[in-house]
Amino acid sequence: MPLIEIKGLRANVGDKEILKGLDLTVNAGEIHAVMGPNGSGKSTLAQVLAGNPAYEVTGGSVTYDGQNLLEMEPEVRAQSGIFLAFQYPVEIPGVSNAYFLRAAYNEKLKAQGKEEVDPLEFADLMDAKLAMVEMDSAMLTRSVNTGFSGGEKKRNEILQMAVLEPRLAILDETDSGLDIDALRIVADGVNKLKRPDNATIVVTHYQRLLNYIVPDFVHVLANGRILKSGGKELALELEDKGYDWVTSPATAGAA
Amino acid sequence: MRDYVEQRMSSSIETLISREYQHGFVTDIESDTFPAGLSEEVVRAISAKKGEPAFMTEWRLKAYRRWLAMKEPHWPNVHYGPIDYQGISYYSAPKTKTPLGSIDDVDPELLKTYAKLGIPLYEQKMLAGVAVDAIFDSVSVGTTMREELSKYGIIFCSFGEAVREHPELVEKYLGSVVPYSDNFFAALNSAVFSDGSFVYVPKGVRCPVELSTYFRINSADTGQFERTLIVADEGAYVSYLEGCTAPKRDTNQLHAAVVELVALKGATIKYSTVQNWYAGDKDGVGGIYNFVTKRGKASENAKISWTQVETGSAITWKYPSVILQGDNSVGEFYSVAVVNNKQQADTGTKMIHIGKNTRSTIVSKGISAGEGNNSYRGRVQVLPKATGARNYTQCDSMLVGNRCGAHTFPYVEVGNNSAIVEHEASTSKIGEDQIFYLKQRGLSAEQAVSMIVSGFCKEVFKELPMEFALEAQALLGITLEGSVG
Repeated sequence: MPLIEIKGLRANVGDKEILKGLDLTVNAGEIHAVMGPNGSGKSTLAQVLAGNPAYEVTGGSVTYDGQNLLEMEPEVRAQSGIFLAFQYPVEIPGVSNAYFLRAAYNEKLKAQGKEEVDPLEFADLMDAKLAMVEMDSAMLTRSVNTGFSGGEKKRNEILQMAVLEPRLAILDETDSGLDIDALRIVADGVNKLKRPDNATIVVTHYQRLLNYIVPDFVHVLANGRILKSGGKELALELEDKGYDWVTSPATAGAA
Repeated sequence: MRDYVEQRMSSSIETLISREYQHGFVTDIESDTFPAGLSEEVVRAISAKKGEPAFMTEWRLKAYRRWLAMKEPHWPNVHYGPIDYQGISYYSAPKTKTPLGSIDDVDPELLKTYAKLGIPLYEQKMLAGVAVDAIFDSVSVGTTMREELSKYGIIFCSFGEAVREHPELVEKYLGSVVPYSDNFFAALNSAVFSDGSFVYVPKGVRCPVELSTYFRINSADTGQFERTLIVADEGAYVSYLEGCTAPKRDTNQLHAAVVELVALKGATIKYSTVQNWYAGDKDGVGGIYNFVTKRGKASENAKISWTQVETGSAITWKYPSVILQGDNSVGEFYSVAVVNNKQQADTGTKMIHIGKNTRSTIVSKGISAGEGNNSYRGRVQVLPKATGARNYTQCDSMLVGNRCGAHTFPYVEVGNNSAIVEHEASTSKIGEDQIFYLKQRGLSAEQAVSMIVSGFCKEVFKELPMEFALEAQALLGITLEGSVG
């Protein structure tokens, strides 16, 4: 059974249809890259899978781990192992990163019928996670994303991912605004978290990130649909030829 | 697209509203209640009922006559119908056969009420190191830990007892910070107050426990007019907590209290309030009118710190203030005021700098949800002789939804060129993006709002004693429950 199966997915923002019948199947143990030009619907796909209420699903189905994902509340999706690394992580002033992370972690434990952890147990757990994203423990006492640099915010997303150990991680333009060092740290984190029972969807505009996170499959999303799928070499081909190669009507027909 | 997102956002925010007020029960207790109405006779009768000495009766009468000549203030940014002062009963006391000798004599029904409120009057609080005085309707029903405190020479008793047993202290300090002529509601209170708490901490004594008072209005159509007087003698320290609840009723009840703090040379008074009077229902029916005058006077090197978390009442009108009389004295005001549904609050502080090198800090956090209306009103006044005075004011508002209001009325009067006065203000809106971010990490909408708001209020919560901070945080969550979907 696939981990997630998306069939004919349609979604609107306001009156505008962004996703126009998207199909995508991801199995456990796989890394999928979804690439595409600006405005093709990449971020919409990520937001819809996470359940953002600002996006309205108008058609199609999404089956996650055998369940109808579209009927699940965002927090239930999260508790069931769906994690979205945000393109623009949100600031929560006055709430410490440690408090926030522990609350999120405990919600997941509760959903699994497990005991919650206290701050001391959690601190022990955090040491290894912080090392994975090369972050200082001082980061834990700062307010969530408040005053963080762009790179720190993205690393903080990967830190959360490391703590929550999702079954399906969706990385939305995680490479945007990262310098090469931060990119390496983020990618290393993602690679270390890869396991046979989880999967990752990497949403990106550029091929650059895929030098570090090697995908099993690459999909080209344009005009709300997957127009072309292939192996990791497809990303390089796109880099070489540009998106027009897939999206312009003349060649799209041929492909 | 932005409009669309905002529209989605507000509609889902609108779904978070109202959870039943959990202190809304009425205790069935026989009480001794005066018929409605106010006159010199009523004032005299209250004084007689309390067995007061002549100076008190006279003081009350002077206040009453002054009150007759005063007009109800209408400058606050709140709206309500006329109050019928002759329709209120000015005295209601639980009936007791004999004067209360000890807490064991208190009506068991009353003790049950306090247990329901989560105020174990004695053992538990004693273990927790808190001494409690409980004011039921207008009368104080028991003060715990009195003996323990008396070892330090600390007096903690009901106001009525203080008048009888320590008249010299009462006569010296009553009205010394808030004169009976101060304002309409203070004058009314001075004329008719029936009880309250009294604290005296002697020279150089650090009060070893937090002192605490719980106020509760029980009877219908009763006004509650309590009066608190706290005197910290030279070099003394005391931390005082105040909590309040009332039953749910569909009429508005008046609560016009006065709190006076006197911090003598080098003394420190820390006064914390968690106010949770009944706020009325979601349509704005019923609820307490909380019209309160709170002020402290700080002598040389003294410090007065007000911390308040205001979540209840239909209308809140209060400005806990500090007169910085002595050189190097310090005044602080930390406030969280939350309005939801149709609640209105006009609250803030006054810092009057008279002495040299006086310092004041104001941190105000206003949260408006539902159709609530929240105003911060503050006055910072530096008198000509207050060389080296400093004030820092930070005034932040948070809006939840699109139908609430937040207003700021800062007044600054500086009469000395060496003064440094800073004012910072911000207004933010709780964002659907913040809520979604937290939900995506597995938190419910309510946990998310509670977390965002707690973060917003952090600077104030850290000023509260630990036990109170947790209560305040929980209360905040309850008040805002239902304000975001």
